[in-house]
Amino acid sequence: MSEELIKTDAVIVGAGPVGLFAVFELGLVDIKAHLIDILDRPGGQCTELYPEKPIYDVPALAVVTGQELTDKLMEQIKPFGAEFHFNQRVDTLERLDGGFRLTTDLGKRFECKIVIIAAGGGSFTPKRPPLPGIEAYEDKSVFYSVRKMENFRGRDVLIVGGGDSALDWTLNLQPVVKSLTLVHRRAEFRAAPASVQKMLALVESGDVNFKLGQVTELHGDNGQLRSVTVKGADGETFEQKTEIMMPFFGLTMKLGPVADWGIQLNENLIPVDTAKFETSEPRIFAIGDINTYPGKLKLILSGFHEAALMAQAAHKYVYPDKKLIFQYTTSSSSLQKKLGVK
Amino acid sequence: MAKITFIQNDGTERVVEAEPGMTVMEAAVKNSVAGIAAECGGACACATCHVYVDEAWREATGTPEQMEEDMLDFAFDIREESRLSCQIKVTDALDGLVVRIPTKQF
Repeated sequence: MSEELIKTDAVIVGAGPVGLFAVFELGLVDIKAHLIDILDRPGGQCTELYPEKPIYDVPALAVVTGQELTDKLMEQIKPFGAEFHFNQRVDTLERLDGGFRLTTDLGKRFECKIVIIAAGGGSFTPKRPPLPGIEAYEDKSVFYSVRKMENFRGRDVLIVGGGDSALDWTLNLQPVVKSLTLVHRRAEFRAAPASVQKMLALVESGDVNFKLGQVTELHGDNGQLRSVTVKGADGETFEQKTEIMMPFFGLTMKLGPVADWGIQLNENLIPVDTAKFETSEPRIFAIGDINTYPGKLKLILSGFHEAALMAQAAHKYVYPDKKLIFQYTTSSSSLQKKLGVK
Repeated sequence: MAKITFIQNDGTERVVEAEPGMTVMEAAVKNSVAGIAAECGGACACATCHVYVDEAWREATGTPEQMEEDMLDFAFDIREESRLSCQIKVTDALDGLVVRIPTKQF
């Protein structure tokens, strides 16, 4: 656990396109930002869900892919030197005098004057297979990620899935565990070819037990898994003994801990005013897909507009004694200096 | 216009009208059919619009392409008749289509 404490003007929760553009708008008014995102790279849904899909409604770009848009935004915000903290989720928000302290699930702490929630559809979290009673096993014998490999040493482990996560953990855990069973619904894998080859070699040598099928039931007591029922490709079911199961069915979006920050919510969205995009809590702003207001459209371009207005409103919290004069990047030499073009 | 029947797990049915060209997922979302989450909005990137195509309609709806087959790995309780409804384009030939919605999309 990191004990680091980072002090900054603004923390942006979510590094999707709108969070990234917020860096730009905040930067123009001299507000320094740190971004935190649960994913391992910038872009949010754009790079996680549809990196190759063309987007047709970003102004001035007739067509752009999710990845290209992210790359362009990263280039645009470069002059402002925002810092990124990936692979972590902001868990708690405490109120301080004139600001907040945020703590991530990795223990990283931030003190800031304003918070911008640009969390889109919410935090990407692993999908929970709809197996009856699975909740009771979670964090005891059903895991969606590996925080410590040691916890799996010498155990019987069953991994479900055929994507990169399933195969990566099959390969990483196999040398450590007592036995490793991989269950997948078909004999094809949508993972990196090198991983597939390595896995198949382990199956060949008898080090990985591969079963074709789908898990349909869990069996155990007090959260401790004993076995699972698998429906095989032939429709016949069989029981597979295991102490640990790791399902990898991709990610879904959940609002997550934001719901506990004392902000008024409306059906998992955050109501804001349309002048400042501030939430029910002063100094906490919400922009992009996560907010709601009369006429709201979940469009990237709307999020960009919201970021611009938010930055104007945020200025008074970070610089209470300074008057903000609106300027254009085309003509203002001070803005051009910030952008590094003058 | 094509009529599409969505059957929920509890047996309740909803018949909606779909315009040729739209996807079965879009027809469901537009008419607020429960159980079609379509989290990614039709990018074939989330597997939350999973349906079971009625036996009689399997030939007419065709088989999943590679991308869809890959994404079905992320859906639950996959059967031979499993499809992602965002990948089924409505045509006049699909007038009368019947699909079942799984218990849960995740």
